Amino acid sequence: MARVGVLALQGGVSEHCAMLSSLGHNVVSIREPGGLAGVSALVIPGGESTAMILLLKRWRLFEPLGNAIRNDLPVLGTCAGAVLLSREVTEREHPIYQESLCAADVRAERNSFGRQVASFRQDVSITGLETPFPGVFIRAPLLHPLGPGAIVLASVEEGAVFIRQGSVWLSSFHPELTRDDRVHRMFLKESGIAGP
Amino acid sequence: MSFTRDEGGWEVKSGHAEMLKGGVIMDVVTARQAEIAQAAGAVAVMALERVPADIRVQGGVARMSDPDVITAIQKAVTIPVMAKCRIGHFVEAQVLEALEIDFVDESEVLTPADEKHHVNKHSFKVPFVCGAVNLGEALRRIAEGAAMIRTKGEAGTGNVVEAVRHARQVLGDIRRIQSMREEELMSEAKAMGAPYDLIRFVHQNGKLPVVNFAAGGIATPADAALMMQLGMDGVFVGSGIFKSGNPEKRARAIVEAVSRFDQPGIIAEVSRGLGEAMVGINISTLSEEDRLAHRGW
Repeated sequence: MARVGVLALQGGVSEHCAMLSSLGHNVVSIREPGGLAGVSALVIPGGESTAMILLLKRWRLFEPLGNAIRNDLPVLGTCAGAVLLSREVTEREHPIYQESLCAADVRAERNSFGRQVASFRQDVSITGLETPFPGVFIRAPLLHPLGPGAIVLASVEEGAVFIRQGSVWLSSFHPELTRDDRVHRMFLKESGIAGP
Repeated sequence: MSFTRDEGGWEVKSGHAEMLKGGVIMDVVTARQAEIAQAAGAVAVMALERVPADIRVQGGVARMSDPDVITAIQKAVTIPVMAKCRIGHFVEAQVLEALEIDFVDESEVLTPADEKHHVNKHSFKVPFVCGAVNLGEALRRIAEGAAMIRTKGEAGTGNVVEAVRHARQVLGDIRRIQSMREEELMSEAKAMGAPYDLIRFVHQNGKLPVVNFAAGGIATPADAALMMQLGMDGVFVGSGIFKSGNPEKRARAIVEAVSRFDQPGIIAEVSRGLGEAMVGINISTLSEEDRLAHRGW
């Protein structure tokens, strides 16, 4: 049984844990560098990216996590998690400088669709899935590919919302808030992690 | 191929609250305070004209904040901005929605506008958080459309005792219902004045159908960690930060304490040298009409 980690500093941790457990994996919450040992894949949940980056540094996870991802640890980031994985971070109306793990050639534009009242649910067609996936977009970022390695797997009218670059997966929306586990299954299968 | 877009549905309202879990939401009255809160790791700020401690001192009718205050704070930060409306004041709620506030707190801290009815929160695209002192009240607010619940505690006192009381009450009620037999649920729904289907949800799942935060009197990292260890999903800190000696340091310490609430060594470390905490008020010295938790039902 594969050990799958969920970064558990803040945000929608329990939903990812529940979905990964239901797929038969041994799920571990990661709060410190030691937790990364023996993990075959990692999920970075949604939450507030500004708070998560601060806590990553405070608990000395920033460097070890970045190194693990550069050494091909498969990782799926949803919403704020995708922001953390991007090489550049901008925001719709505020000029910001925000650090990130720089794991994918992507510019994440935070709050791209607007404030919470513009949050929405919309089906998206994802390359590799036969039927549309229920996308839950909450103060969601848009993902702008910055290089040929960043492969867009799903888009909405405004731009890309699901990108894969090698073992790094970025999702603007929240598959963990649905009952549809196909994104998690696809991520794990493509990461070479077999089901039970 | 294009698909229909559905804005402001239940999934994105309750889902937004889920993303705040494990975080600290801080009361701020200026853009500068909002920046300090964000830099300290707050997951959201509550934009106010006055913090609860000042509302207590100054008295009078406490209302929704001036839109200028709210807009200034929205311009200052990228994290969600919440604001309070009076209980039952659905026009203040409409105004806050028009200002594109990210979350409305229908709050007992402001002077109630309706002693019988709370806002019908289903008719809004903006999500609402509401206070509760027990499970029945929490489920009534959820039935009205609240996407998040918080304890009322006793705001502006810097005294955690009421938040603890309300958290224990809600969580204790949940455990009690969870252990009931199926046929006992209807009579419990009647006794609690709460909808049967929500009582059933609690029975089956052992938790509220929405996120449950602590609020009202949290002033120190240890207070915050106490609420988390009791089983709350996150904390609101009102007057406790900007009424203290060193707001930057205290704000950060509370964020850190919430993220590692089960590590006493870390709580000890972050609690060092924070300067003066807010002075605080003993609840027993408050008159009945000064007790905000009694507002709403």
